[in-house]
Amino acid sequence: MVARIDDRLVHGQVVIGWCRPLEITRILLVDDEVATSAFEQDLYRLAVPEGVAIDFLADAGAPARLDQAATGGERVLVLTASVEAMVGLQRARPHLIQSVNVGGVHDRAGRTERLRYVYLSGEELKELAAIAATGVSVTAQDLPTTRPVPIEALAG
Amino acid sequence: MTEPLLGVVVGHGDVARALVAAVEEISGIQGALVAVSNSGCDRGQLEDRIVAAVGDRATVVFVDMASGSCLFAALRRFRDRPRVRVVTGVNLAMLLDFIFHREDDAQTAAARAVEAGGKALGVR
Repeated sequence: MVARIDDRLVHGQVVIGWCRPLEITRILLVDDEVATSAFEQDLYRLAVPEGVAIDFLADAGAPARLDQAATGGERVLVLTASVEAMVGLQRARPHLIQSVNVGGVHDRAGRTERLRYVYLSGEELKELAAIAATGVSVTAQDLPTTRPVPIEALAG
Repeated sequence: MTEPLLGVVVGHGDVARALVAAVEEISGIQGALVAVSNSGCDRGQLEDRIVAAVGDRATVVFVDMASGSCLFAALRRFRDRPRVRVVTGVNLAMLLDFIFHREDDAQTAAARAVEAGGKALGVR
């Protein structure tokens, strides 16, 4: 199970860059806003390649669906737009999410540039460092072909 | 007289800027097209860039891929604006056709551009 934080959710980098080489067969998109919007779900379905299924989950319902997916024999990509949602999910299912890929978190008020594609507030960085301290591998990496940067290197 | 249509080209990286520059170089027509890149944007920021580029003009928005962040941003913000149409899979041929038919309404110009762009595809 691959877990990625990416505020663009399903987009070119995710579909071409990650789903293809990792042979992902199912995306679990965990986002409260998308889970309640048929319009948004229709948009994201347009981006999902043939042979890949997608489920739209609210934060609260996601852990149970992860349990199910873990036993289904599928290659699963778990996707959240926010750090908060991913950290919550990881804490809810630590045995299923043992590594977190910070793939794209863009600039907004209160955030500081850590890498070209990663902007994090102090609080977001602290939350990611906290799960890393429990043994979870937390790295920033936009594409499989680029160098993963450990979360510790993003501070400062 | 009605204001001619605006074309807004939205793409990954530098695709849009390169296409707009190429159209201007080939046609000599400046200002008919505006380029928007998705680089460094989250969903909201990309939407804001596109909305700012379109303003309140009747516009055809050309996006580079048949799905993805550029298309989604355009559809989210313009689904209720009939004076703005969105065309996917932009290529140079469709833009060159579009800039000479900007007196049409957005729907007509968009359909025409798709036809012109499609004709440019082939195996020789």
